[in-house]
Amino acid sequence: MAQNALIRGLQQVGDHALKIVERMGAVMIFLGLILVHSANSFRRFGLTIREVYFAGVQSLIIILVSGLFVGMVLGLQGYETLQNYGSEQSVGILVALSLVRELGPVVAALLFASRAGSAITAEIGLMKATEQLSAMEMMAINPIARVVAPRFWGGVISMPLLAMLFSAMGIVGGFLVAVVLIGVDAGAFWSQMQSAVDFRHDIVNGIIKSLVFGVAISAIATFEGYEAPPTAEGVSGATTRTVVSSSLAILALDLVLTAFMLKGWN
Amino acid sequence: MTLPVTNLVEISNLNFGYSSRLVLKGINLTVPKGSLVAIMGLSGCGKTTLLRLIGGQLRAHDGTVTVAGQCLNHMNSKDLYALRRRMGMLFQFGALFTDLSVYNNVAYQMHEHTRLPESVIHDLTLMKLNAVGLRGAQALMPSELSGGMARRVALARATALDPELILYDEPFAGLDPISLGVIGQLIRRLNDASGATSVIVTHDVQESLKIVDYVYFVSEGVIVAQGTPEQIRSSTLPFVHQFIWGEADGPMPFHYPAPKMKDDLDLRSA
Repeated sequence: MAQNALIRGLQQVGDHALKIVERMGAVMIFLGLILVHSANSFRRFGLTIREVYFAGVQSLIIILVSGLFVGMVLGLQGYETLQNYGSEQSVGILVALSLVRELGPVVAALLFASRAGSAITAEIGLMKATEQLSAMEMMAINPIARVVAPRFWGGVISMPLLAMLFSAMGIVGGFLVAVVLIGVDAGAFWSQMQSAVDFRHDIVNGIIKSLVFGVAISAIATFEGYEAPPTAEGVSGATTRTVVSSSLAILALDLVLTAFMLKGWN
Repeated sequence: MTLPVTNLVEISNLNFGYSSRLVLKGINLTVPKGSLVAIMGLSGCGKTTLLRLIGGQLRAHDGTVTVAGQCLNHMNSKDLYALRRRMGMLFQFGALFTDLSVYNNVAYQMHEHTRLPESVIHDLTLMKLNAVGLRGAQALMPSELSGGMARRVALARATALDPELILYDEPFAGLDPISLGVIGQLIRRLNDASGATSVIVTHDVQESLKIVDYVYFVSEGVIVAQGTPEQIRSSTLPFVHQFIWGEADGPMPFHYPAPKMKDDLDLRSA
């Protein structure tokens, strides 16, 4: 009896795991389809720019405000810890490296997934539910080329820009707390940061991370919207899945990318 | 009435189902060029599925669907898109693009498929909107339109590139009596003026019989009757009679199959 329950439990876990792998495969196939139908997004770049506005510009406020707060907290925590070792002048290094290497790309991506990713899924899902995608197909217009690909590229272009702005705003927040509020020397704050942050290993790697996160979020968000069942529950479920799957994908990819980057890609 | 001999749509021995459930069984249907044909039946009888098969949104498993001489069964997407440029479709609730104005909805296909100068697109769009009486509503957004107006805009959009074949999915559903009459007359007028061929899927008997040339009745996935509006009106077939006169009793049951009422309500005989 107990053995049967155990086998059933294992079967359910296996079944769930298979479904996850199947869904990941479906996202990759969908990503391939987007890439095949991307020519239109660049030929008529206005379509993509419009999506950069909706996904990127309209996410600016939440990204900038969050960046400011995260930077301020880093300044406070960093100063508190570093002063125990008499190195409070290095707080600028701690703030900058934390932001450009990790927190900038990762937190900006998590916010982007919640703000823009969910909106992309809901928009495409509702277009499907109201037969707008079917109408487009009946007009001999491919919805992947006309609706999905511009949104995908809009997300991919926006993500690194938002991550950079997040990091920049975080550094301003760290400066405000550490230098203006606590009284760390401004010269030491900036000069130590300048000498410790390497353009290639820190900033470029951070941009690469955010670019990969942008691809993952945009692919998941457009896929979930396109595959959403055309009902209210279907669209709401797809929106939730976008946020959950994107967040997990960001954290998993961050681990892999960080490991490769610390090892030096060889 | 004499119908033209060439058929724009031909369906023969069509069987179609979702998973194991067969929705359409042994359908044979023709739509002659230039005619306006209605496919009628109760909700869920498979008529919208039939329309989607004609539009290539669904592919037949068994039997053939031919449009303009081309079989749709195994057509690749490039050829299907080429064929669809010769089709227009009015969706049940309009399916207007909610982020575009009325004008841009109608001009959408012209922008996507033609290289016409903007001034020509402007004039053509206004002419299409004028034909449905909504030239004055060109700047409105879909959210600002009533159901009837949205249907008329969708009609202008479906006919924007003067298609050879126009498919209408429940064009009369949810309309007030005035909008219903207006849409019906517009469909007839647009069909005759442009020389197009139209297929209407509907369960609105009275309005459809006023405007169509030929009717197919579908019940439980089978064509149970067909004929001209006059033949349909004078039909003595129980199914057609019940449908035309909207009677509760007849071959089509009002109730979905269920256990006996007294069993469901747990009533015991005294």
